Amino acid sequence: MSLLHIENLKACHGLLVALHDLSFSMEPGEVLGIVGANGAGKSTLMRSIAGAHRPAQGRIMFRGQDVTRLSAHRRVRGGIALVPEGRRLFPGINVQDTLRLAACRKGIWNFDSVLEVLPQLKPILKRQAGLLSGGQQQAVAIGRALMTNPELLLLDELSLGLSPVAVEGVYEALPKLRQAGTTIILVEQDLRRAMASVTRLICMLEGRIVLSGAAGTLTREAVMDAYFGLNRQTH
Amino acid sequence: MFWLNQILQGILLGGYYALLAAGLSFLFGVMRVINLAHGSLAVLGAFIMMVVYQALGISPLGGLLLMLPIMALLGVALQFLIIEPSLKGGALVPLLATFGLALICDNVLFSIFGADTRSFAADIGTLSYDSWNIGSLYISKLACLVFAVALLVLGGTQLLLSRTQIGRRIRATAEDEDAARLSGVDTRLIRAATTALAMVMVGLAGAALGASGSFDPYAGGPQLLYAFEAVVIGGTGSLWGTLIGGIVLGVSQGVGGAINTHLSQIAGHVVFLIVLIARLYQGGEISAYLRRLRVRFA
Repeated sequence: MSLLHIENLKACHGLLVALHDLSFSMEPGEVLGIVGANGAGKSTLMRSIAGAHRPAQGRIMFRGQDVTRLSAHRRVRGGIALVPEGRRLFPGINVQDTLRLAACRKGIWNFDSVLEVLPQLKPILKRQAGLLSGGQQQAVAIGRALMTNPELLLLDELSLGLSPVAVEGVYEALPKLRQAGTTIILVEQDLRRAMASVTRLICMLEGRIVLSGAAGTLTREAVMDAYFGLNRQTH
Repeated sequence: MFWLNQILQGILLGGYYALLAAGLSFLFGVMRVINLAHGSLAVLGAFIMMVVYQALGISPLGGLLLMLPIMALLGVALQFLIIEPSLKGGALVPLLATFGLALICDNVLFSIFGADTRSFAADIGTLSYDSWNIGSLYISKLACLVFAVALLVLGGTQLLLSRTQIGRRIRATAEDEDAARLSGVDTRLIRAATTALAMVMVGLAGAALGASGSFDPYAGGPQLLYAFEAVVIGGTGSLWGTLIGGIVLGVSQGVGGAINTHLSQIAGHVVFLIVLIARLYQGGEISAYLRRLRVRFA
């Protein structure tokens, strides 16, 4: 049984259709990368899976259960956590409280194990999230998601707006998350980094999947062609 | 010594204003809702307490302990039936909805209890007039009790917000509700708990009103005004600021009343207006307006 199964998902922003009949599945332990230009529908897909955006039609099955109509907090408690684009931290709440408030499921992740994976958080536990650098904020956002003990972790635009050093710091945590058995969907603009970090890659264009395959089988050129809409082949 | 006594009475009165304003400040701080029914609900709390202890033949303290959970349940109903649906209509709708609730509350109380003025003073024994006398200073035991309750409520709320899981989740919901949901927080439940807690504070204020003064079905309006003034003076949404705001309001009224009995209320309102204008100036609204005027007439 797939961990996540998306079936004919359609999502809209007003009159604009952001996702067209999207379908794919994910197995436990996979790291799925999603790439695509701005407006391809990547973040809408992530928000739809997390319950922050209500799809117009289609089904989202998680561990064999239909979660399409479940509210966001119930999905979090069911094992889906999103690190949203822009991080969406609570500016006036310190790092320690930000992590603790998200603890809502039992599992391998707790305050101490999160700090082991994200050691850069240790010296800033008492600082308010709004006063941190972009890289530190991203680490807090990942830590907050991990505190919910997700089976499926959605990482939306991890490197957006971060310095190269900060990106390295954030990406250092990814292998540790994989080792812990967490299934991950990673939305990334940096194609090289995405292809190096994932087991399978999906390329989206204008709300559709235009290329899909195991990371090792796809060439950079094929992905670039799909990214820019050349040789379109809808899946 | 006369002025010292006036200031001391003002500080103690400020404790009541802080208690009265705590619920308004808490609700605004978390949900950005200005509850215009706040004063009327405090009066409702006082009436519920009176009915409960008189009907059951128990002490006013027993009535208070039974009234508080009733107020909490009313808070949950208020959240789900009035505040939550009205919030979907924009920021102005909750204001109008709670104003409507205040009118309904006042008139329902009037139709049930009539226009008579009530007080718990006769039922709380000597507490209503007992005082400690230090030289020519008179320190009312009841006023001290109300002040202590205000400190407990504000301090307890502060501890709840900073040290407990529900407190962290209340703060998260106040800062960014969508992000709180994505962190697994049931924000509807948190909002209902917040309103319930605010209503418990309102109930305590109603009990203090009935014990240290008098109330009637239409007493809610002035109570709302005092609470609002204390919140604005102390800084909207700040719990300890609310205590300071209450004390400033109480001392202003005490000093104004010492100068001339008729100045008591007006002094409080004047201080409120001065602080309000200063805040607007500090926030840039008035200075921006003056800049626009200077540009226009330059």
